[in-house]
Amino acid sequence: MNNRILLSVRDAGKQFMQGSRMRWACQGVSFDLYPGEVLAVVGESGSGKSTLLRLLAARLACDVGSVHYDVRDEAGTAEATGASALVNLAQLSEARLRWLARTDWGFVEQHARDGLRMNVSGGANIGERMMALGARHYGKLRSEALNWMERVELDTGRIDDLPGTYSGGMQQRLQIARNLVTHPRLVFMDEPTTGLDVSVQARLLDLLRELVDQLHLAAVIVTHDLAVARLLAHRMLVMKDGCVVEQGLTDRVLDDPQHPYTQLLVSSVLTP
Amino acid sequence: MDGHYNFGFLDERTKKMIRRAMLKAVAVPGYQVPFGSREMPFAYGWGTGGVQVTASIIGRSDVLKVIDQGADDTTNAVNIRRFFARTTGVPTTEKTLEATIIQTRHRIPEAALTEAQTIVYQVPMPEPLFRLEPRRAETITMHALGDYGLMNVKLYEDIAQLGAIAKTYDYPVLVNERYLTSPSPIPKFDNPKMHMNPALQLFGAGREKRLYAIPPYTVVRSLDFEDHPFEVQRWEHACALCGADSSFLDEMIVDDEGSRLFVCSDSDFCSERRSAGHIGTQQAVTIPDTLVIGGGEEP
Repeated sequence: MNNRILLSVRDAGKQFMQGSRMRWACQGVSFDLYPGEVLAVVGESGSGKSTLLRLLAARLACDVGSVHYDVRDEAGTAEATGASALVNLAQLSEARLRWLARTDWGFVEQHARDGLRMNVSGGANIGERMMALGARHYGKLRSEALNWMERVELDTGRIDDLPGTYSGGMQQRLQIARNLVTHPRLVFMDEPTTGLDVSVQARLLDLLRELVDQLHLAAVIVTHDLAVARLLAHRMLVMKDGCVVEQGLTDRVLDDPQHPYTQLLVSSVLTP
Repeated sequence: MDGHYNFGFLDERTKKMIRRAMLKAVAVPGYQVPFGSREMPFAYGWGTGGVQVTASIIGRSDVLKVIDQGADDTTNAVNIRRFFARTTGVPTTEKTLEATIIQTRHRIPEAALTEAQTIVYQVPMPEPLFRLEPRRAETITMHALGDYGLMNVKLYEDIAQLGAIAKTYDYPVLVNERYLTSPSPIPKFDNPKMHMNPALQLFGAGREKRLYAIPPYTVVRSLDFEDHPFEVQRWEHACALCGADSSFLDEMIVDDEGSRLFVCSDSDFCSERRSAGHIGTQQAVTIPDTLVIGGGEEP
C-alpha cells in the first residue's frame, strides 16, 4: 500500500442548534485514510455518522478541526510538493471543491433518488460528470455510458430509460456507475445497501468489493450493518453520541471489541 | 405626442435606473442583471421588459420599429408601436434599415443590422437553466462558476430520446465564451445572426426583472456536440410571395386538403424584395399527409 496519506481528519467536529442550545453532532474525530483503503463508520442512528461523512466530503464545513485532502492538479498528477501536499478543504474555493467532488470523489447516497437526476435517462446520468468536465462528443459519451452500465451489471438495453423505471438495486448500481465514471480516488457511501433486499444487497456488495479492488479506490462507508463493514472494510470507526469510541482493523474490532458500546453492538447482531 | 405622460411613459429616475442596469449588462455580456421592473400598461407576457428597455433608451431623434414574429402588423407590434408613438412622438417605421431601435419578439430581422442600430428583445424567461435546475440560488452559483454541464445533459437527452437536439427556439447560447444565455424565444435559425452582430443587442424580462445584453461584435456560440453540430432550419420551399429561399418561412395551412403556403416571416424583408421585382410562385404547395388516417396504404 502506498504510504502517502489521501485524506486526513484532525479533531473534526460539527454542532447544530437544537432548540435554543447547541449540540455536537460529531466531535473530536481524527483518522488518516490511505489510497485503496476502505474505512467503515458504524454506529446507531443519530450517532453522527452521516454528519461526519458530510464533513469529509466538504458538504458541511467543520466548526472545529479540519479535513485535509491530497488534491491533485487539473492534469491529474499528484501535486509534487513532497509529503505536505495535503490541502485543508476549508481553504479551497467553491469552484475547486466542485471540481474535486466530480473528478476525484464520488458520493453514493443512501436513497438513489437523491444522487440521481431522475428526469433524464440512465445514460445521461452516467454522462453528466463527463459533460460537466467538458466532454462534447455524443458518441464517446454514449459508449462510455454503455461501458459503465456493463461494469455495474446493468442491462445496456435500458440506457435510454428513466431511472424511475429501474428497480431499487438498479438505481443504486446506476448511482455507483455515475460516480465512478471519472475514475475517482475516493468514494463516500452513505448506507449504500440499506433499503435493498438481502439478495440484491449481497450482489451489490460483491460488485462494490470488486470495483474497489479493481480501481484501487479508497472509500468511506457509513453503515449500521456490521456485515457490510466486515465484508468491505479494512478498518472501522465505531461512533456513539457524536464521538468515536473505538477504531481499528475491522476483524479486530468485530472479534475483540474493547469498548462496552462496541461489545453491545457486536452482540446484538442476529445470526440466523 | 400625448402631453399627459412623461417622454417614454416612465419617469426619468426609473429610466436612469434601467440604463444603469443596462450599462452593467453591456459590461458583462450575457450576465443577467436584476433591475426594478415597473408595472407597465400591458399584461406580463406582452413585452413589458422590452418596452421598459426601449422606453429608457429612446431619444427624440430615434426611429422605432416593432416586430412580433417577424411581422410589423401583428397585434403586439401594432400596439407597442402605437404606445411609443403616443408617449414619445418619435417617428415609427416598418423598414428595418431606417430604424435606429428595433424592438422584437420571436425574430431577428433578415436584413443585416448595422452599428447604428439597437435591437431590443422581449424575454419571457431569461434563465436558460430554468427547466433543468429549479433553485434560483443554485443557477446563480452555476453561472458564477461557469458550470454548464447540465445544459449538455439536456441536449444529450434530446439526442438519446429523439435522435436530434429538439430545441428549435430559445436555443441556448454561450455569450463571449462565458455566460450561458437564453436568446429569448427566437427560432434557432436566428442564432447565427447574434454572433458578431454589429448592432447592440439588449434583452429585457419584465416579469422576471432581469436585463442582459450582447454588445456589438461579441462571440455568440450555440451549444452542441462535436458529432451533432448545431444546424439551423432549412425549407424545401421558397417564399410564395417573394421567392426568397434563404429566409425564415411561416407555414400557413390554407385549406382542409393539406395545402400550405410558405411565406417569409419577416414582412418587411418580403415586401422589400417584392418591390425590387422578385416574385414567388404565388401558390400554395400540397404536402401529402404525414399522418395516415384510417389505416392508409403501405409505403
